[in-house]
Amino acid sequence: MTAAVRFSGVSRHYGDVRAVDDVDLSIAEGEFFAMLGPSGSGKTTCLRLIAGFEQPTAGEVSIFGESAHGVPPYRRHVNTVFQDYALFPHLNVIDNVSYGPMIAGTPKAERHRAAEDALEMVALPGYGSRKPSELSGGQRQRVALARALINRPRVLLLDEPLGALDLKLREQMQEELKALQRKLGITFVFVTHDQGEALSMADRVAVFNAGKIVQIGAPEDVYYRPEVPFVADFVGSSNVLPPHLVAKVTGQWRHGALRPEAVRLGDAGLGADGLHATVHSTAFLGAATRVSLDLEDLSMVALLPKGARIPQPGEQVHVSWAAEDLHMMEATE
Amino acid sequence: MHSDRAPLALKIAAAAGLAFMHLPILLIFVYAFTTEDKSYQWPPPGFTTKWIGVTWERPDVWEALSLSLKVAAISTGIALVLGTLCAAAVSRTRFFGREVVSLLVILPIALPGIITGISLRSAFHLADIPFSFWTIVLGHATFCVVVVYNNAVARFRRTSGSLIEASMDLGADGFQTFRYVILPNIATALLAGGMLAFALSFDEVIVTTFTAGQQQTLPIWMLEELVRPRERPVTNVVAMMVALVTLLPILGAYYLTRGTDTVAGQGK
Amino acid sequence: MSEHAIDPGRRGILPALSDLLWRNPRLVILLLLGPPALWLGIVYLGALFALLAQSFFSIDEFSGLIQYEFTLKTYRELFTPANFDIILRTVVMAASVTIAAAIVAFPIAYYAARYARGKWKALFYLGVMLPLWSSYLVKVYSWKLILAKEGILNWLFETLHLSWLLNAYLAIPVVGGNSLSVSATGTFLVFLYVWLPFMVLPIQAALERVPASMLEASGDLGATPGQTFRHVLLPLALPGVIAGSIFTFSLTLGDYIIPQIVGTSRRFIGQAVYAYQGTAGNIPLAAAFAVVPIVIMAIYLWAAKRMGAFDAL
Repeated sequence: MTAAVRFSGVSRHYGDVRAVDDVDLSIAEGEFFAMLGPSGSGKTTCLRLIAGFEQPTAGEVSIFGESAHGVPPYRRHVNTVFQDYALFPHLNVIDNVSYGPMIAGTPKAERHRAAEDALEMVALPGYGSRKPSELSGGQRQRVALARALINRPRVLLLDEPLGALDLKLREQMQEELKALQRKLGITFVFVTHDQGEALSMADRVAVFNAGKIVQIGAPEDVYYRPEVPFVADFVGSSNVLPPHLVAKVTGQWRHGALRPEAVRLGDAGLGADGLHATVHSTAFLGAATRVSLDLEDLSMVALLPKGARIPQPGEQVHVSWAAEDLHMMEATE
Repeated sequence: MHSDRAPLALKIAAAAGLAFMHLPILLIFVYAFTTEDKSYQWPPPGFTTKWIGVTWERPDVWEALSLSLKVAAISTGIALVLGTLCAAAVSRTRFFGREVVSLLVILPIALPGIITGISLRSAFHLADIPFSFWTIVLGHATFCVVVVYNNAVARFRRTSGSLIEASMDLGADGFQTFRYVILPNIATALLAGGMLAFALSFDEVIVTTFTAGQQQTLPIWMLEELVRPRERPVTNVVAMMVALVTLLPILGAYYLTRGTDTVAGQGK
Repeated sequence: MSEHAIDPGRRGILPALSDLLWRNPRLVILLLLGPPALWLGIVYLGALFALLAQSFFSIDEFSGLIQYEFTLKTYRELFTPANFDIILRTVVMAASVTIAAAIVAFPIAYYAARYARGKWKALFYLGVMLPLWSSYLVKVYSWKLILAKEGILNWLFETLHLSWLLNAYLAIPVVGGNSLSVSATGTFLVFLYVWLPFMVLPIQAALERVPASMLEASGDLGATPGQTFRHVLLPLALPGVIAGSIFTFSLTLGDYIIPQIVGTSRRFIGQAVYAYQGTAGNIPLAAAFAVVPIVIMAIYLWAAKRMGAFDAL
């Protein structure tokens, strides 16, 4: 099957800045694909390369097997939900939503009917005559979604679409977006810096760092089986153990990832050859207690279940874990 | 907490300052109706509308007025095109030399008018261009560009770049995007800039004295009357007329940009 | 789905042109900038440089013809006592107008920025914009009416039985004269009136950027209102004052109409330029005189830029 979007050795450089650096990527049709990374990691630039707002400095982007080289955005059947929604302030909601069909030459009555349907789909029926300035953030987001979907794009791009919403609304929209994507079967490409959002919504996640994709895979893979320390830290909030510590316990010169809940704390007298740490601080989180530890130069976090003995700050503790909980990564970054 | 009541001294100073800015102009409206025709006597000995009729019959006033309106209209048209192009180029991308462009646009109004005027005059002289309607327009359009440019640049800045991207994303090419998104968003700013440019051109005297030759625009006509008064009551009426003609575009421009560019910083 | 993901593109000249422009953003800039750059760069700058070039020529004293040879002789002429006097008089006038404008403008700008709300704010804004944009000549004319011997100001002094005060003031040398309309004070008042709005707006813009909480913080730290004004408000408003002064200073330096209509017969730079290029036909000296305000403003702008005044424009 042809990939919906394919990057072959794509780079986008601005002078000396390598926003996107030699990226290979293949997104399958119908997939809900997330691009995750800190700001400036190149994920948004990749999205803009698909939309056609940017041109690659090197390599090629293809959409459904066709080269997008030199194709302006208005000739790509790809639509975007912008981070700031980019609703046209001089048009009301119905004219915003029916902008695409209007450009395509669809008669007024017909395109307004289509816009009403699209608004219904995003649960905003009857809002057509309002101006964007009269809507709440969540409503604007839905209008932007309806406007992008009315053209029936082959790929829908979403640039941090939930960033401006409050927590509760964001969770609700996550559910709705997921359901919408399943219903329409359109390929969604979603950019976010929020790992929770990426993990809960996407079929696959690409983790970006410094212009490169450092890992790509299903959410569980990225979360439980990070391949590089950056992913362990950014996605899983895991403790990244440097090779010399891992070598002490396992004899292997590799980076290790250890989830906070897998860390076991014991009496300082235990296992004289094991690892010892000093408790820095503790925080009660409800279901668990988070213990921050200083192990040599390394700051570690342990998550202790309810009922466990909580050590005091300043206390010396013995640190251990079950062998299968330590996830081994590449030898070097 | 600070109190939201201004100190009395501040109120008085502000009110006095505003009065100083407005009372003299109001005086023009009183003098236009005075019966005294030899001096600027105050208080006016009586009031009459007779001089409006007299002015109405004066062909030289009509000629000057019509020349001024024509010059202002054409200069505004040129300034609208050039100013908008400049603003679009400057706001579109960060290119090398955009500071230079901004400076170039502002220069004709930042330098004293007499310098612009005398430069153009000596350039016409060097190039053997005779004075005409078009030499006046050339000078006016040059300093009107900045007004349109300032208004347009402010609006372009507020019109986020993602609107243009959104339009292209939805299938509109460059020209359709200009027609359906850019133009509606900058239209009021252009209209406001155009009105101000019109007022500026209609009123301009310093550059015009150097580029006009024998033709008289209304301000040139007034200047002649000011330096060598012939018929004071007619000058009074013309002054009132000029004040009114410039007032309308200013108010219009204000209402067009109200709550957008102008009163920025309110509601923070 | 049979539909293509990429459109082959509409046929026609406009769509093809749109594609071409989209692929060449530099071409777009070139097309946008071309006409204004040609107009301003060639017509305006060309004329300006042609004028400046002439200041390096001189005029033959006997024939009255321009000698097209490079010389600094014309510039030396600027420093003859009579000409230097003109420059000095103009600069002193520009400086006093600027200082007075700052003093009168500050309360208006401060009130508008800090206390006026809603409708009042709009009214204040219009109250400054209207005089700013209304006709320059009408404004000058109104002062001719005011300052006339039989005019409203003299009438006011007489009605209040204060004519002796006015006469005493007019007896002072330099600022006084036969009557207000032929005194340096008269010229000063008209300049102040005409350029005042150019000072109010930048100060207001600068003051609006001072958050009210900052003034509260100063008061909270024990400063009296006077101290807050001196140590917090004034430094923050200074860029606005400087931005405004660029206008008042430059406009006064180059004006030749106001001193011609109201004031003494002593010349200002603008009048000198006008006279030398006109009846005297001494274009080189006129050009050299025109360079004076440009140089003064260049120095002034350079100093203002160093003080951060352009952020308030």
